[in-house]
Formats: sequence, C-alpha cells, structure tokens
Amino acid sequence: MASVTIQAVKKRFGATDILHGVDISIADGSFTVLVGPSGCGKSTLLRMIAGLEEITDGEIRIGDKRVNDLPPKERDIAMVFQNYALYPHMTVRDNMAFSLMLAKEDQATIDSKVGRAAEILALGALLDRYPRQLSGGQRQRVAMGRAIVRDPQVFLFDEPLSNLDAKLRVAMRSEIKELHQRLKTTSIYVTHDQIEAMTMGDKIVVMRDGRIEQTGSPLDLYDHPANQFVAGFIGSPSMNFLPGTLRRSGDALRVELSDGTQLDAPQQVGGMDGQPIIFGTRPEHLRLVSSDGARGAIPSRVVVMEPSGMDTFVACRHEGVDLAAIFRERHDFAPGSTIHLQPDMSCAHLFHAETGQRLAA
Amino acid sequence: MSSDAKAVNTATAESADSTGMSFLETNRRKIFATYLPLGGFLFVLLFPFYWMGITAFKPNNELLSREGNPFWVNSPTLAHVKKLLFDTAYPEWMWNTVLVSVTSTFFSLAASVFAAYAIERLRFSGAKQVGLAIFLAYLVPPSILFIPLASVVFQLGLFDTRLALILTYPTFLIPFCTWLLMGYFRSIPFELEECALIDGASRWQILTKIVLPLAVPGLISAGIFAFTLSWNEFIYALTFVSSSELKTLPVGVVTELVEGDVYHWGSLMAGALFGSLPVAFIYSFFVEYYVSGMTGSVKE
Repeated sequence: MASVTIQAVKKRFGATDILHGVDISIADGSFTVLVGPSGCGKSTLLRMIAGLEEITDGEIRIGDKRVNDLPPKERDIAMVFQNYALYPHMTVRDNMAFSLMLAKEDQATIDSKVGRAAEILALGALLDRYPRQLSGGQRQRVAMGRAIVRDPQVFLFDEPLSNLDAKLRVAMRSEIKELHQRLKTTSIYVTHDQIEAMTMGDKIVVMRDGRIEQTGSPLDLYDHPANQFVAGFIGSPSMNFLPGTLRRSGDALRVELSDGTQLDAPQQVGGMDGQPIIFGTRPEHLRLVSSDGARGAIPSRVVVMEPSGMDTFVACRHEGVDLAAIFRERHDFAPGSTIHLQPDMSCAHLFHAETGQRLAA
Repeated sequence: MSSDAKAVNTATAESADSTGMSFLETNRRKIFATYLPLGGFLFVLLFPFYWMGITAFKPNNELLSREGNPFWVNSPTLAHVKKLLFDTAYPEWMWNTVLVSVTSTFFSLAASVFAAYAIERLRFSGAKQVGLAIFLAYLVPPSILFIPLASVVFQLGLFDTRLALILTYPTFLIPFCTWLLMGYFRSIPFELEECALIDGASRWQILTKIVLPLAVPGLISAGIFAFTLSWNEFIYALTFVSSSELKTLPVGVVTELVEGDVYHWGSLMAGALFGSLPVAFIYSFFVEYYVSGMTGSVKE
C-alpha cells in the first residue's frame, strides 16, 4: 500500500490542454473517486497514474517514488478496465496468473495466489472457463481477481461498472467496497456516475474541463458544494436552481425570487443588497404547504408525477424554471395544478450569479 | 402454404436469429429470389472447372471432333495425364511451385506481422504515411515492376534460380499481407495490450502471447491469400526463370504444352486441374478461419 501524490500535473494532446495543473493527495489505504462529466480528463489522469499516458508537466508520486518516467510494470499498480480487458484466449486461471508468470514466480506461488484471489471473489468454480463463457458480473470479478493476485500498491479502476446492467451495478458496487475494506489497498476509481462516487468513495474529487472543482468527503460535497457545478452534479435528482436577488435590511437577509417570492436567507452569508444570486435547494428539502401566499413558499405548476412507491417525485415549473421535489408521503396532483413548495432554508445554498461560486460566510 | 404453417414460420422466425430473413420464405419467392440467382452464379463460376475436368480426360479424337456432345466424355482416357506426368517436367514444376510459394509466404507473413503491428500499435510518428506508402507499393502493377526487378535479379546473379522468385514475390506479398493484418490488429482491443503492459509484459511478449494468438484467423487468411497469389504468379516466374526444370506450374504448363500453334488441350487442362487442387484443398480446410479473418473480429 502507498499514498499517491499528484502535483501540478498537466496533459496536452497537440495544441489541446486536457489537464490544467491538477493537485491531489491520496492517502494510503483510502478509496478516492475521480468523478466528472465525460471529457473532464478523469480517465486521462488515471491513465497517467498507470503509466499509459505521458505526463506533460508536473509530478506523480506513488509512495516516495517519483513515477513520471517509469513504465507501467514498474509502478506496482493494477488496473481494472471498463471493458474488463480479459485475454479472450486464456482461461480465467491463466488470465489471473498471467502477470505472475511474466514475473517468473514459481508454480506453487502462482497457484496459491490465484487460489486466494479466486476464493475472495468466489471464482473457484470458474477457473477453467474462458471469458466468453462468463456473464458480465463474473468477467468483472475476474478482472478484479487479476488485479488482486498482484498484490499491488494501488488499484486503479476505470469506470469498471459501466458495462453492467443497473441491478448488477449496485451489487458490484458493494462488492468492490467490501473488497477494499478487506484488502485496504489504496484505490483510485474513475466514474461519471455520481451515485457510484457518493456510495463508494472516502474522498471524491469532482473534475470539470481538466480542473478540479472540489475535493472532499461525499457528504461534505453534498452538504457544502463549493460551486453551482458541484451542487448540480452531486445528488440525484439534482439540485434546483432559481435565479433571485439578495435583499439586506439591517441584520435580516432575504432572497427575493424573480416572481417576488420572499425567502428568509439561511445563515449569515456575504453579498450586497440587490446582488443577483442563484438560489439552490435540493428536491428533498422542499416541503408541501397548503395555503397559497404562505411565507416563503414557491408556487409551482405540476408537470409530471413519478411515484416510485418509496417516495413521490414531482417535476414542476416555476416561472419557466424546472423544479424537482421529492416527498416521502404519497401524493396525487393533477398535471397542470399549482402546488406550493417551501424550501428548508437551513439547507439552502446561495451561489454567485456570474461565477457560480458559493457565497462565503 | 397453409395459415398454420405460416404461423409456425413466423414463430420460428421470431424465436431464432438465424431465420431473420423470413420474408423470403414462400416457395415462389425462394425460387426467384434465392435459388435462381444462386444457380446462375454457380454455373458461371463452376462451368470452367467442369470444362477443365472433362477436357483433361477426353481422348484427342473426341476433343477435335465436331460431332457428338461436347459437354460429355464418351470414352475417358488417362493418356493426357500420363503425358503430363512422364513426358514433361510437371512433377518438378509442382515441387518448384510448392517450394517458392511456401517459403515466400512464410517470409512475407513474418515481415508483415512486424510491419503491421508497428504501424498499427507503436504509434511512431509517420506511421500513417508508412502504411499508405506500403499500400501504394502494392498498387504498382507487376507488369511494370518486373522490368527494374529483372535488372536487380540479374545483378545479384540470381537469374534462373528459385531464389529469384522467393525474393521477388514478397514485393507484392508483404504490402498485401501488411494491409490485411493491419486491419485485423486494429480489431483487437488495445486495452488488452495496455492491460498486459501493466501486468508486466514487454512489447515482444505482448506480440507473442496476446496479439498473435488472437490474430490467428487473420494470419491464416493472410497466409492463404499470399500462398494463392504466389501459386498463381505468372509474370515474374516467366521472366526470371528459363530452364524447364525450374519453372513453376502456371508458366510450365503454358510454355511447354503449347508448341507453336499446337495446343495440347488435354494435358494443359490436366495440368491446370492438378495445379488448382492444392489451393482448393487449403481453402476448404481453413474456410471458417478465413471468413472470420476477413470480417476481422475478436470477441471477448
């Protein structure tokens, strides 16, 4: 096991900058998730850690060792690829043993290491099969088994679950997490799926356009997003954003929405009177209030109802802006009817209208 | 067709992928859309072989007669075969052809594997241009290329040797095989190689342990093509070799069995027939590999 330190790392393909100086420090034994929309550079960064892409500028360290110029095999890492990259002409056993055979380990060591990995991943019965005879989930486990047998310093996962169906993905998610809890090997996991990021990571790095938007624990990102992008990216359904104006009179601070609705501002935040802002509230922080004209309630027209049994999702529209609300109770609103939604102001988020940054306290 | 049978047909069509073109499944349509065109096609393709076959076993008087049915043999004879095998150097021609085809195919394939892999996967600067240049080299017709090649062969002192052919055939085999293999290597997911790289494999190990085992269908189809091209090669063999016992089949048959304006049709056809059998045999033996090599897909 080892820590991974990424310092001012840049990547350029021809004239295009992919990464504009990224700094991340990944603690020994942690599970760090790199998440962001496609094209944000997260996979490129992972491949640079693996040694599959050259580093244009900056430094990557695994443990105390600077690995910039080391070939992949000398970095002591293992990688799980999106399409598993199992060798089609080898059995499961040979797939897992391949790296050990290349390292010229003796047969007894190979057998015991493969046996141990197979036991951890419940692959014992499949060792003599070929990849084409396995289901998606089994292939995924073989790919992980191949990583485990090498007992590397760092595990790298490149969107390993995106080829699986939804149900299997949830199952494999907990399997990977359990595996990490058991082996405690430093893991770096790339995904575009924020749910995977939230549920699996100790630490999440949100990236966009080759820059880091925010780094932190899952709940920290959820509760205190640094900017509007992170606020919208983390959480599903995503946060509602309404344009408004900050109103300050004495100590009292209010948010005035475009239709004139007045909301009491949550806590002491910066910003001047009359400053345009973006008001953000999560769907589960909207409460249904009955009387219209209730203080701090947003009148919204119901567009679509989506009852899931566990909760009720309501898509509405307020002044041309889409709003999503989730209720634990069951409701049945007619599409087109107007409901009043009162945001929980203690959990509200205020962002600068132009920069999108969270308004500082 | 009864409505019941139709229902069954539709049901099987829905349940099995192999019957996806079930709209062809009425008898009339089958005949007009499938069997008739197929029959015409087969006739055009196979009739020359049939003609070759019957001519090889027809006695000369039947061959030259204007009476009787020209599409049938009344009293078959082995005289032409006997003449071919014992009065000409046919066995030597066969041996020369096998030797030249096998060695030049083997060397071309080996060279092409390295060329194609380097162009496709080592991503060196100019790889694309090199690939294109190799393809352009293939486009230069042998009927032009044999003139400078003849001069090279002469200066190397290789004229009238088998080595002249073994060394000149790769000039068209290597570009051809390289292009075919490039396409095949491209179909092998590069993640496999990256994974092997992380697993600790060297480039050589990646090539021998991962890429080549997966490229077997591609290698076989490139090999078959190269073998057939060199087996049938005519112009270089005609130009660079003059002794009768060093000739290859296509040249030997044409030069030794046509005397002035006398065509020994029976022996000519017998020579052509036996000459085409090895290729036909190899094709039929590897046909499955050959097809998947041409369609180029590695399934995980």
